[in-house]
Amino acid sequence: MADLKNLTAILLKEFKSDFRNPYVLGGAGLFLLSTLFVCYITVKRINTPAIWVALYWIIMLFTSFNAVAKSFMNESRSRMLYLYTLTGPSHFIAAKMIYHALIMLILSGIAITVYTTFFQIAIGDHFMFYTSVFLGSTGLAIILSLLSTIASKAGNNLTLLAILGLPILLPLLLVTITLMKNAIDGIDLSVQYKYLFVLFGLNLSSLGLSVVLFPYLWRE
Amino acid sequence: MKKLPLSFKIITIILVFYTLTAGLLIDVPALNILNETIRNLFFHVTSWFSMVFLFLASFVYSIKHLRSGSEKDDLLARLFVQVGMVFGTAGMVTGMLWANFTWGSYWVPDPKLNGAAIAMLAYLAYAVLRNSFQDNIQRGKVSAVYNIFAFVMMILFVFILPRMTDSLHPGNGGNPAFSGYDLDNTMRMVFYPATIGWIFLGLWITELRFRMETIKQRMK
Repeated sequence: MADLKNLTAILLKEFKSDFRNPYVLGGAGLFLLSTLFVCYITVKRINTPAIWVALYWIIMLFTSFNAVAKSFMNESRSRMLYLYTLTGPSHFIAAKMIYHALIMLILSGIAITVYTTFFQIAIGDHFMFYTSVFLGSTGLAIILSLLSTIASKAGNNLTLLAILGLPILLPLLLVTITLMKNAIDGIDLSVQYKYLFVLFGLNLSSLGLSVVLFPYLWRE
Repeated sequence: MKKLPLSFKIITIILVFYTLTAGLLIDVPALNILNETIRNLFFHVTSWFSMVFLFLASFVYSIKHLRSGSEKDDLLARLFVQVGMVFGTAGMVTGMLWANFTWGSYWVPDPKLNGAAIAMLAYLAYAVLRNSFQDNIQRGKVSAVYNIFAFVMMILFVFILPRMTDSLHPGNGGNPAFSGYDLDNTMRMVFYPATIGWIFLGLWITELRFRMETIKQRMK
């Protein structure tokens, strides 16, 4: 029970501090909207599902870099240490990941609504389609949470985060893109099942790895 | 890492020379398209095996470093990645030459090729990450965490994802592998010694580099 209490306390703190400085999240949201609009103006119409899905995930990839990376860079070192000693590092990273996942879900909710209105496409399997949006954006948030801590240890460098993040994120993106493309084509669940399984496993394993590895990072 | 015994080095030399001579001289099954390029099995496939083995060693030493904090474990983790990258580059170059003769182009959009390229990028990012620290202890801890994360993702990328989609590689997507070509197992007579030989060579190089680095540190 104490675990849950600690988690919710950090989560609440994250929400409060972000609502007090809304420019961070607002910046990420505005970045997302501008990118979507630029894509709409330049591309206008997408007929092939493969390109439709690829463009969507490229937009989400860069939005996630903006949304997640800033979060660690805003925390001062002393305040981080204070929080760690209050709750323990595992709780801290778990709460951070849940928080980032929630933020990414809100952002991808906005993104998918705007994107489907700009670029209309017939979706074969709605349930799988939204599952891929859900799992893909939570996966981005989870993996980037640990990586942005690593990058922040090496001097708050956004370039470093991109270098570290892109190769690690690619398996996730590839599986998500396949799942989403198949969902648009309305491919049967018996084919989709293995992608769903791998995506789910990827999310869970990176969550587990982060919780195990973060305690070695926090003191540095 | 202990000093390797003389017998280990003699075995390595014998195996590598055996691979170089027998690999180029034994009778191989005569097949269309592949022709003599089938001999690349002893050099290309074994390079990748050695690379994965060396990265696995680096992964193990990273875990050891996180548990012990010893600088030697960190040094070994770094050296195993460096030597593994040499074997990875060798695997990529031999593969590209082979692809040009068999598939007609140096690079084709194949899941295994992409996986290998991304794995190499992730380990290059590891080198960049290491160089962005001033402090030794911090560098060791943070890069060990990244190494563990990267290895898990590499396993996923090189071993699991290519099996989910068809690959042009022999052994995938209905293309027969070498066991299918060769009924009297002559190729196995070279393939297994070659794998062990290259892996031993990698260990030997790492051991020499380790001794060099420790002497360098002592001289400072």
